[in-house]
Amino acid sequence: MSEKSINIKVKVWRQSDAKDKGRFETYDVSNVSTGSSFLEMMDAMNEDLVNSGKEPVAFDHDCREGICGMCSMYINGRAHGPDTLIPTCQLHMRKFTDGQTITVEPWRSKGFPVIKDLIVDRTAFDKILHAGGFISINTGNAPDANAIPVNKVDSDLAMDAAACIGCGACVATCKNSSALLFVSAKVSHLALLPQGKIEAARRAKAMVAVMDDLGFGSCSNTGACEMECPKGISLSNIARLNREYLVANVVD
Amino acid sequence: MGRFYNSSIGKKFFVSITGLFLMMFLLVHLALNSLLMFDDSGELFNHAAHWMGTNPIMKVMEPVLGLGFVLHIIYALIVQIVNWTKRPVRYAKMDQKEASTWTSRNMIYLGAFVLIFLGIHLVNFFAVVKFGTPPPITIDGVEMHDSYTLVSGLFKTCVSIDVLYVLGSIFLGLHLKHGVWSSFQSIGLSNTIWRKRLEMVGSIYAIIIAVGFSIIPLYFLIF
Ligand code: HEM
Ligand code: SF4
Ligand code: FES
Repeated sequence: MSEKSINIKVKVWRQSDAKDKGRFETYDVSNVSTGSSFLEMMDAMNEDLVNSGKEPVAFDHDCREGICGMCSMYINGRAHGPDTLIPTCQLHMRKFTDGQTITVEPWRSKGFPVIKDLIVDRTAFDKILHAGGFISINTGNAPDANAIPVNKVDSDLAMDAAACIGCGACVATCKNSSALLFVSAKVSHLALLPQGKIEAARRAKAMVAVMDDLGFGSCSNTGACEMECPKGISLSNIARLNREYLVANVVD
Repeated sequence: MGRFYNSSIGKKFFVSITGLFLMMFLLVHLALNSLLMFDDSGELFNHAAHWMGTNPIMKVMEPVLGLGFVLHIIYALIVQIVNWTKRPVRYAKMDQKEASTWTSRNMIYLGAFVLIFLGIHLVNFFAVVKFGTPPPITIDGVEMHDSYTLVSGLFKTCVSIDVLYVLGSIFLGLHLKHGVWSSFQSIGLSNTIWRKRLEMVGSIYAIIIAVGFSIIPLYFLIF
């Protein structure tokens, strides 16, 4: 695909701190290469803002290669913008057209309050992990490799679930702000393996309890999270969590 | 167990099992109602309706069914109302059409329409049989309600009722197009392979319900 240069307008959320009411502002960004990434475009825009004496737009980002999950942006009505299986840092400007106005908003959820501009506080995810996203068994020395056999199917499913980068796109896109895809991925990647299975029931209960307390809704099975998840975390993880949660509550 | 009732997953569990129960009921209801179209003398349907109205199993099932509806509606409403509070600041622009189906996002509105329809439906038939004076008939020496005349009479004479019943059936079908697979997912009985199968079953079931219940008023309107 040949590279072009486009001029766009960015309608972006500005909010000076958690208490500020916030508002949209629209900036022109010209000569954007369609080969550049969305975050490069944001950098260019910020440079213009700084040069004209304005405050740059604050947004989260770190690795810029789809690993850290920081780059939370709700772009033109979709978490991480108009592409699938990518976070914002892997979105390219070729997905946009000359003259287009691009709306950029922070994640919106009771569980993710806005800190500044596009930056939201995702501590809630950490708190859910603190409640059970670990294995609390003293293993002593490292066991011999392959001493505990794990079948291929389970190990693949566990690895798929472990691909979750905690970005929060599932919450951002869900009509109920449900965090169930995230929680189910974290529960699944441990519960599928022998080391994690032992505490599976306690873990499911503890993590769901914290999730419910922190402002996330329940799951209506729309499947939007799976479609917008940059790592393709499957809805079958949610079925597994529902099952485990049910069994955990019946058992005691 | 207390936590379970109040948890997000627990509440959806009740929406799901009551929904599954109501879906079973709908099949029985449709099978029985289709008898309306197979005997124009009405004897077949009247016999079936009489049997449903008098046998002891159905006497027990009637309040259970009512409870099923009440619990489904209450739990679904609680879930929905709580979910409405979870995004206090809304997006200026939201584009969900690629990520999820319209039916899955609008279960509450589809359900609300079904509820209105259900109310009118109960007034039309159930209330007449229970509390009013349904036309009597004697078949093979047994005195019973002439339910056939009650139903066919209404459908033959009142076009607006026919339209309402067709719309009610379609909205119910749309509710169930998402509802079938969703109810299995909510109780954990799904995975990547079964999701495709359940969605297929859901589509077929939804068409059977929407078309099946629509045909009956149309049959009386046209023939
Ligand atoms: C014969 C009538 C009905 C049947 C067979 C039925 C069936 C179902 C089923 C199977 C589900 C899926 C459950 C799940 O997602 O786990 C569902 C969901 C739902 N139903 Fe119904 N339903 C009926 C009537 C109603 C009515 C009258 C309402 C009225 C308010 C309603 C409101 C809802 C809502 C809001 C949901 C989605 C809850 C959520 O996931 O957020 N339904 N229904
Ligand atoms: S499940 Fe997907 S969308 Fe949700 S936090 Fe994990 S990687 Fe992000
Ligand atoms: S910046 Fe790390 S995933 Fe986008």
